[in-house]
Amino acid sequence: MTTYIIRRVLWSLVILIMLTLLVFFSMRLLPGDPIIIYVGQSQGLVSMDPEALDELKAQFGLDKPIMVQYFNWVGGIFRGDLGESVTYQEDVAKLMLKRFPITIYIGAITFVIATFLGVLAGMFAALRRGKLADQIVTPLSYIGICIPIFWLGILMMYAFGLKLHWLPTSGYTSPFKDFLMSTRQLVMPVICLAVTQIAGLSRQMRSSVLEVVRQDYVRTAWSKGLSERLIVIKHLLKNSLIPVITLMGFAIGGIFGGSVLIESVFNIPGMGRLMVTSIFAQDYVVVQACTLIFAIIVLVTNLVVDMSYGWLDPRIRYG
Amino acid sequence: MVTAPDTTTEFKEAPPRVSEWRRFRRVFFQRRIVILGLLVLLLLVFVAIFAAWLAPYNPYDQDMRGTLQQPSRQHLLGTDSIGRDTLSRLIYGTRTALIVGFTTVGISVFAGILLGLIAGYFGGAVNMIIMRIMDLLISFPMIILALFIAALLGGGIQNVIIALGISSLPGYARVMHGLTLSIRENDYVMAERAMGSSNMRTMLSHILPNALPPMIVLITLQLGGIILAEAGLSYLGIGIKPPGAAWGAMVNDGYRYLLTNPMLSFAPGIAIMLVVFAFNLVGDGLRDALDPRLRGTL
Repeated sequence: MTTYIIRRVLWSLVILIMLTLLVFFSMRLLPGDPIIIYVGQSQGLVSMDPEALDELKAQFGLDKPIMVQYFNWVGGIFRGDLGESVTYQEDVAKLMLKRFPITIYIGAITFVIATFLGVLAGMFAALRRGKLADQIVTPLSYIGICIPIFWLGILMMYAFGLKLHWLPTSGYTSPFKDFLMSTRQLVMPVICLAVTQIAGLSRQMRSSVLEVVRQDYVRTAWSKGLSERLIVIKHLLKNSLIPVITLMGFAIGGIFGGSVLIESVFNIPGMGRLMVTSIFAQDYVVVQACTLIFAIIVLVTNLVVDMSYGWLDPRIRYG
Repeated sequence: MVTAPDTTTEFKEAPPRVSEWRRFRRVFFQRRIVILGLLVLLLLVFVAIFAAWLAPYNPYDQDMRGTLQQPSRQHLLGTDSIGRDTLSRLIYGTRTALIVGFTTVGISVFAGILLGLIAGYFGGAVNMIIMRIMDLLISFPMIILALFIAALLGGGIQNVIIALGISSLPGYARVMHGLTLSIRENDYVMAERAMGSSNMRTMLSHILPNALPPMIVLITLQLGGIILAEAGLSYLGIGIKPPGAAWGAMVNDGYRYLLTNPMLSFAPGIAIMLVVFAFNLVGDGLRDALDPRLRGTL
């Protein structure tokens, strides 16, 4: 077990290094001068005289060999130096510190709600197979997978914001400043982000529970005369969660991927929206940082998911 | 399921392949909802091909005197902020969605199958390198990787196809890799090898055909996902260039006129949902019909 964890962590580190290589070199291998990244707009480059350009290159270390540049860049990341944003005229690391917690906050709420509801709905649908609960959950989960979340967001904004005036249409307030307002503003974005994940998780949970219900140890539990409550909690839930855990890992990726869309729809100043606006502003340093951070989140999640298998299922020996 | 059976001899003698095809047909066409999905898909393909004949107006024609019209007999779904007919744009959007969907999946499936097959078949260092790169690509959320690539390459429909293709590639490669590993162990592959078949021949004529059924299911289910992702990207403004019609971009265009003309945003969203829904229905139907584990139960 310990060796497995060490190996798994080491492997994640290798992936992390590959990640930085990929992000760094894909930026450098592009046609065009890397100095564009720093100057920001390609127009600025044309009007610059060659001497000033050389000076700028030396200033950013672009005259050095590419591997040296790479190590300087990675070294910078470890010191919390992600470069400087051209559009915001600000340290990218500082910018991230402002934007990142918002995305994480919304993502975490969504994840908790989505896993709770997804697992619950899937289990109910399976335990009451063919009954009313199943007939409601199964079609709904089908719709949930197909719905474009940005469109759902606009639909809800129209209904609950513009027509019924129940909720503020968009924006973000820090929960420390005004908790009620913050929560009211988050209802719609969180629902939008959660819908796809709830649908996916409940489908997986349903089929997983249906599989476990057939197992011998469940029949044994029934024949021992255990209560349904106990069987569901002790035997069914834990065993049917294993395939669902894998999906939970994907759900995190899905939620943060979706945050790009939902933050744009609801005008939330998080990392997702930052990435989109930076793409249009040609602010490549920010795009680079956002991509890297999103990928690291997924990487860490996958690591946690892999570890949790052993806790849930002691049969998995970690070969 | 590879070749259509000759219906006249079907009942006299039933060789395995024919009965397999019959089982597939029976299970696949048994559920009405799957047939519905298939019909919707065929309809959409028809709409995409004959968009120019079906659209009541030119989707790019502006009419500054008739902007933001409500649905009427002249304009069944109304007009947008520069007076373009929403229905016509919706019809042309079908083309965009299906072209992006099919080409993206076509490219990534081809590359994914090839990489997975080579990695699984040869094993060793080749396997290690290919699959580790796939691990790397899969550690990005799909839309983030697509956005990153689109940011590097710039907008435009081609780049969206490349971006989505690269981000959906590792999924196919992984599944194909797994399938190759298990199919490789079968006796018929060993027999083929013993008869002196080349690597190429073994891979293409023995492993690949046996891996196809599960791959077809995956591809169908993925098509819906790709169309959703394309819609998301075009909603953000990355994708087909402005006068062109894409559903996601249409949702975004209508966003500002939500109170005056909500149909502008609603209609394209429904279209997206319909396509994804249809692909999922057909995918599920194919899975039920092709999955050997379900044989006997269905």
